[in-house]
Amino acid sequence: MVTHTQSARTGQRERAGEASGIAERSRPGLGQRLGGFLERSWRPFALLAALFVAWWGVTAAELVEPYLVPSPGNTFDAIAARPEYFWEHTWTTTYETVLGFVIAIAVGVVAAVAMVQSSTLEKTLYPLLLFAQVIPKIAIAPLFVVWLGFGLGPKILVAVLMAFFPVVISMVTGLKSVDPEMLQLSSTMGAKSGQTFWKIRFPASLPHLFSGLKVAATMAVTGAVVGEFVGADAGLGFVILQANGNLDTPVLFAGLLIMSLLGVLLFVLVEWLEQLLLPWHASRRDEGASTTL
Amino acid sequence: MAGYAVEIDDVTVRFRSKKRDVTALADVTMHVEPGEFVSIVGPSGCGKSTLLKLSSGLLPASKGDVRLFGEPVNGPRKDIGYVFQKAALLEWRSARKNILLQAEMRKMPAKEAAARADELIEMTGLSGFEDALPHELSGGMQQRVALCRALLHRPPVLLMDEPFGALDALTREQMNVELRRIWQETGTTVLLVTHSIAEAVYLSDQVVMISARPGTVAGVVDVNLPVERDYGPTMAEPEFAKATRHIRDHLGAAAAAE
Repeated sequence: MVTHTQSARTGQRERAGEASGIAERSRPGLGQRLGGFLERSWRPFALLAALFVAWWGVTAAELVEPYLVPSPGNTFDAIAARPEYFWEHTWTTTYETVLGFVIAIAVGVVAAVAMVQSSTLEKTLYPLLLFAQVIPKIAIAPLFVVWLGFGLGPKILVAVLMAFFPVVISMVTGLKSVDPEMLQLSSTMGAKSGQTFWKIRFPASLPHLFSGLKVAATMAVTGAVVGEFVGADAGLGFVILQANGNLDTPVLFAGLLIMSLLGVLLFVLVEWLEQLLLPWHASRRDEGASTTL
Repeated sequence: MAGYAVEIDDVTVRFRSKKRDVTALADVTMHVEPGEFVSIVGPSGCGKSTLLKLSSGLLPASKGDVRLFGEPVNGPRKDIGYVFQKAALLEWRSARKNILLQAEMRKMPAKEAAARADELIEMTGLSGFEDALPHELSGGMQQRVALCRALLHRPPVLLMDEPFGALDALTREQMNVELRRIWQETGTTVLLVTHSIAEAVYLSDQVVMISARPGTVAGVVDVNLPVERDYGPTMAEPEFAKATRHIRDHLGAAAAAE
């Protein structure tokens, strides 16, 4: 349905473009977009495959001791041997990460809006924000465990703390980057500040917000795992720590692999959401060099 | 006195920055009759744009009075339309929705606004491009959208700040012809800031020349060309040559005297 109306509209516009002799670029359809995605992203996948082969090659040739670097086969066997175990701990980390990420977005966006509205607030909050960012999370995490116990609380808190900063910074930048002439125009239209915010400022800031969200997504995973390292009885961080103690490198590698996959998945999810919510921005970005997947 | 559409009386504008005070405009007086097309020409940085910002109330005068239809201007005015050099369109809105932004902000009745938008889209030759996003449109098309947006609420005064400055020469000529026609159809008062002397003379009833730093009125030229102005023939008129030469001499002399 979507593709149909889209192509119909494009066709109509192309005809109009021909008629007036003005060059027109049509919006890509869904199929085209998927093709474009594959065309743009086969290189990183190829590199990944090459690394995988290298990993396999190194272990197969026994260049290193198997207890130091397990083979891909051993690593997958470790997962296959205890699927529920991995599933359970992956789920815990995913839960912490996503919850931390969502809270960071909510708090970050609200803080950014408040800071842009009031420069006094901005001057007051900025040093505190910076302080919260530069303090090593691994150093402050034990304190959270003391305060909040061994449950999900401290993990989510560390995830929030790590993901919060890029969200605020990108949102503040976005809200401030609105064309001043657009705002002048808005005031000659007699717009109330609420109208200007929702119709102009907020949508204009979204592309910036999304670039911050992509950084924040990966930060949230790190935050959750850091929280788990400090004190936990569940989660991938706990799995890695335990495997480390037992010198069980296949499980350790498996944990690492799943963790990275989690970060990548969250990143891709954000990117997909961006395409969905900001098609006008995505189609524009395609014209220039793309720095994303 | 209430008969003027735009009245600028003995106005001075000073900008204060940390390092120095800059006088952008000094003792400027100019009057625009309702329905008149007046252009403002002058060298870069002479305060031409400041004059438009004053008239719209986006900028306060340091001294003197600004009135729109006899009413003193203090604070942004709603009864004007504004077109900038950049089209300043919202990237995520189609051409039509960009035009309708004006209606949404003013809470105009949706039906009336839609009908007016259709009318303007037709008038400016945007038909067939209503659903295009700004980045899919050429510079000339984007500026047409900005013009439609500025005219949607039938403002009695249209302020245009170098609206065609970023367009190529041919598109610019085409837009000049269209603007002249649109002005005749709408009957609105237009205040146009431009760098192009030919553009000013072709379009206007009156051309106001501004000298630079601080901006003062260097002279006013009445353009005695017929109301119906075909582009080519108008350019060839002796009156056109006379007016452009007069302005060029005047601005050139002002620049040389500096």
